[in-house]
Amino acid sequence: MPLSNKQVGHLARLARLSITGDDVDVTRKQLDSIFVLITQMQAVDTTGIEPMSHPQELAARLREDAVTETDCRTAFQAIAPQAADGLYLVPKVIE
Amino acid sequence: MSRSDWEIVIGLEIHAQLNTSAKIFSGASAAFGAQPNVQASAVDIALPGVLPVLNRGVVERAIRFGLALGSHIAPKSVFARKNYFYPDLPKGYQISQFEFPVVQGGIITVQVGEGESAYEKPIRLTRAHLEEDAGKSIHEDFRGMSGIDLNRAGTPLLEIVSEPDMRSSAEAVAYARAMHALVRWIDICDGNMQEGSFRCDANVSVRKKGVEALGTRREIKNLNSFRFLQQAIDFEAGWQIETLEDGSWFEQATVLFDPTTGQTRMMRSKEDAHDYRYFPDPDLLPLVIEPGWVERVRASMPELPTAMKARFEQELCLSAQDASALTTSKETADYFQAAVAAAGTVHAKLCANWVMGELAACLNRAGLEIATAPVSPTQLAGLLLRIADGSISNAIARKVFEALWSGEGADADEIIEREGLKQVTDNSAIEAMVEEVIAANPKSVEEFRAGKEKALNALVGQVMKASRGKANPTQVNDLMRCKLN
Amino acid sequence: MTLAPLFDVPVSALRRALDEKEISSVELANLFLDRIDAFNPGLNAFITVDRERTLVEARAADRRIARNEAGPLTGIPLAHKDVFCTEGVLTTCASKMLSNFVSPYDAHVVSLLKRAGAVSLGKTNMDEFAMGSSSETSYYGPVNNPWKIGHVPGGSSGGSAAAVAARLAPIATGTDTGGSVRQPAAFCGITGIKPTYGLISRYGMVAYASSLDQGGAFGASAGDCALLLSAMAGFDMRDSTSLDRPVEDYAAEIGTPASDPARPLAGLTIGVPREFFSVGLGDETHASIEDALAQYRALGASVRDVSLPNTRFAIPAFYVIAMAEASSNLSRFDGVRYGYRATKYADLVDMYCKSRSEGFGAEVQRRILTGTFVLSHGYYDAYYLQAQKLRRLIAEDFRRAFSECDLVAGPAAPMTAWALGAMGDDPVQMYLADIYTTPVNLAGLPGLSHPCGFDAAGLPIGLQLIGNYFSEARLLTAAHRFQQVTNWHLHRPAPIARANA
Repeated sequence: MPLSNKQVGHLARLARLSITGDDVDVTRKQLDSIFVLITQMQAVDTTGIEPMSHPQELAARLREDAVTETDCRTAFQAIAPQAADGLYLVPKVIE
Repeated sequence: MSRSDWEIVIGLEIHAQLNTSAKIFSGASAAFGAQPNVQASAVDIALPGVLPVLNRGVVERAIRFGLALGSHIAPKSVFARKNYFYPDLPKGYQISQFEFPVVQGGIITVQVGEGESAYEKPIRLTRAHLEEDAGKSIHEDFRGMSGIDLNRAGTPLLEIVSEPDMRSSAEAVAYARAMHALVRWIDICDGNMQEGSFRCDANVSVRKKGVEALGTRREIKNLNSFRFLQQAIDFEAGWQIETLEDGSWFEQATVLFDPTTGQTRMMRSKEDAHDYRYFPDPDLLPLVIEPGWVERVRASMPELPTAMKARFEQELCLSAQDASALTTSKETADYFQAAVAAAGTVHAKLCANWVMGELAACLNRAGLEIATAPVSPTQLAGLLLRIADGSISNAIARKVFEALWSGEGADADEIIEREGLKQVTDNSAIEAMVEEVIAANPKSVEEFRAGKEKALNALVGQVMKASRGKANPTQVNDLMRCKLN
Repeated sequence: MTLAPLFDVPVSALRRALDEKEISSVELANLFLDRIDAFNPGLNAFITVDRERTLVEARAADRRIARNEAGPLTGIPLAHKDVFCTEGVLTTCASKMLSNFVSPYDAHVVSLLKRAGAVSLGKTNMDEFAMGSSSETSYYGPVNNPWKIGHVPGGSSGGSAAAVAARLAPIATGTDTGGSVRQPAAFCGITGIKPTYGLISRYGMVAYASSLDQGGAFGASAGDCALLLSAMAGFDMRDSTSLDRPVEDYAAEIGTPASDPARPLAGLTIGVPREFFSVGLGDETHASIEDALAQYRALGASVRDVSLPNTRFAIPAFYVIAMAEASSNLSRFDGVRYGYRATKYADLVDMYCKSRSEGFGAEVQRRILTGTFVLSHGYYDAYYLQAQKLRRLIAEDFRRAFSECDLVAGPAAPMTAWALGAMGDDPVQMYLADIYTTPVNLAGLPGLSHPCGFDAAGLPIGLQLIGNYFSEARLLTAAHRFQQVTNWHLHRPAPIARANA
């Protein structure tokens, strides 16, 4: 099932990647090649097989409801691309 | 065609913030109101390499909720990732439950309306699932940019999803109020709507009466007051009916309610709907809830409002309406029960009258909550006992109540004693006052004897005035008649 | 015969030298730092080296040794794959996206090794975000194979493997999502082990595919791997998938004398899956594996055929799961809180798209797009869910095999190290090289690769041993017995690993 350039554009938008110009064609061809590989899976009848999400099929271990973290804002924001007044800054969010 | 030919169908999604100390997947404080980002830990800001670990307290609260609604508590539920990009969502996905929620099914019966037209309506729950909240985009101007505060990122939410069982905004509000009372009742959420601890999304559709199939729905997001909930639904339903009556149509969409205009407006269409790409979060193993855990939680549950209401009716002989009013909130019920405990169950009706009457009116006037009422249940009980034993009249009791309210005494007895408000029941003292009044008001006496029954009230009133309200009114009445006849 | 230089002795020998004050930790660190200075420019195995910081750690180790408080790794230099977060040190994942990321915290593995007194020499090069099998996708340029410059060292932990092979570090950490420890160990002629999923905490290990990622250890021998693995393993409350088990002393376990010294592996049954010897396996590799199996027989093990019938679906299932998880795991790199942000953008969405497309390399973007596709509406069942079902079938294959044998043995990779760029533009060609390693990650089993020969070009060949859950001691013991009677693990890439800096 080959992809269309439009589908590549849609995927890129979902994944917030900027793929433009000739890159769209190149990407589409490479993705097609990957899909040929992964479509091989369809050959197997897996009716009734339980999907396996984790290698160790155990139950979640829970933490106690206790505050264990302290304020690390200064250290965390020292590596931020842009921060001011304790806030991370981004281009204006429009709703 | 008119509006009455249409039926409105409403389902609600309520986000209740769970009142744990720490966040759902990190050890950061979940408290409200801190300086920006000081409660955003490495996990909350999604540093590379960090991992979530589920908070036990969050699960416990979900179990409490499920037990209160008679829901199925899933022995195994799964956390999934809901993928989308937004600056207040640090991981680029929200951890939520999707296919396998922790609470499944359940039902709540709500009272809709008041008085004669009031009716009860059962509303079914689809599910309630656990998820993390996002941070906040602060749309203030920082040189043309938005500021992101991630303190709220990772605070625990229970998303409560109803079936589309409501047929009017009144039913939706009744359901939302009942849910609001319940989550506070079982102490899983503080219910603070200003702080966003309890917010509603309403799915609204309309259909011709008698039609089975549901109409196209539009979802109104983020309603943070019961008034807005009602206004938004009324506007939206009206808009949908008008649009369809005009022969036009609309698509499934998400809309926002603007409280200043009272209107809903389009946020995004179905076309723009996100493809969230849900899949089980590989960082979290399935949540397994052993039956023993459910039983331990069950043993710790408070008596629920419905059970308490039935008990008030049976044991305290209260009317259904009184019992219902007293169990609308945990705080009211707690107050009432404490007053009854202090006054004795024989005085339950008197307690009920005062809690719903004088106390409620004073609280309302002062803008106070019952939990912080200036008059304690014990003080109220002390006052009511003096009414019951005839020491004071209702009128005097209100004065004493006011004195207690403004802190003029430790208890009713102290105030009654100090102010000399004890009812005069001494026959000879009352007789003397009656005689004085008769002597001073010959005109009224004349009128009464001429058959004007009303004149008697004026005379009795004079005696009460002379006694500064303390004379027992029944006694005064009896003596007056006796003297005049 | 000349004495081996200090940079080329087992960790146990370094331990003795340190304890007997024949050398200080500072001297040892300088020895390796000098080697890095001399040989790294040709190999590109390291991304970050900070001599001063290393020497501070070495001085602390020396003080600890002086107080007689040294543990097995106190004062021993090592290298960390640049996927592990190291506080105050650049942690790049070989990506432009994190090219400015100085981690504010230590990964669990890093803090365990710090506490053990190990001395970090620096951060090693790798495939960008561990996505690759050749260490060619690094933003910092490809790593060279010390056995042949111009050839790949394998990947994704190629920098760590090359560093150990070239003796720029005695031991090194790595991670293995689909073979990223075992395959570069094979390509570089060293020993590498990936333990049972959950044995090593993933906290602070930048995620590629969370349900497959597992830390691992590189050394010149099984003995060195045993020491490092014991120090890396251990329960961590911060990782929900970390297993709460006591840490084993693997070095002590492999040192236990065999009851029959002539046949030390008597009683051990090795299963050989016929599916690992199908089309695509290179002849020289095949021959070396057969020779190694003969050696195992000579050590007393019995070797028998087993079947892993779903092996051919491992690659598609693995890539679907890995890319799906990766597409989500890499969403946090959005230029908002850390890492690269594009300098020119029109608005918020454009800032995201440009930051991510400028910050991520081509292979990472391909995997994100593929992962996005397989999770998207309408395709989830056919791809992601189907892959999860095949994952179970593959795990079941192993369960059945381990009812018939103690260990499974086969090649680590179908070929030896290829020339840089030889795989061309088709990403799938490289994915196919992971055929023997990916099933192990899907099942969450432990696997080890040790050298067992060379091809005609002089490039190393690795044998893979796969064990049942928690059989790390058995894997390491088998490899150790093999290495006691063979010298494949003692070969060094001349001239680098023979030369003094």
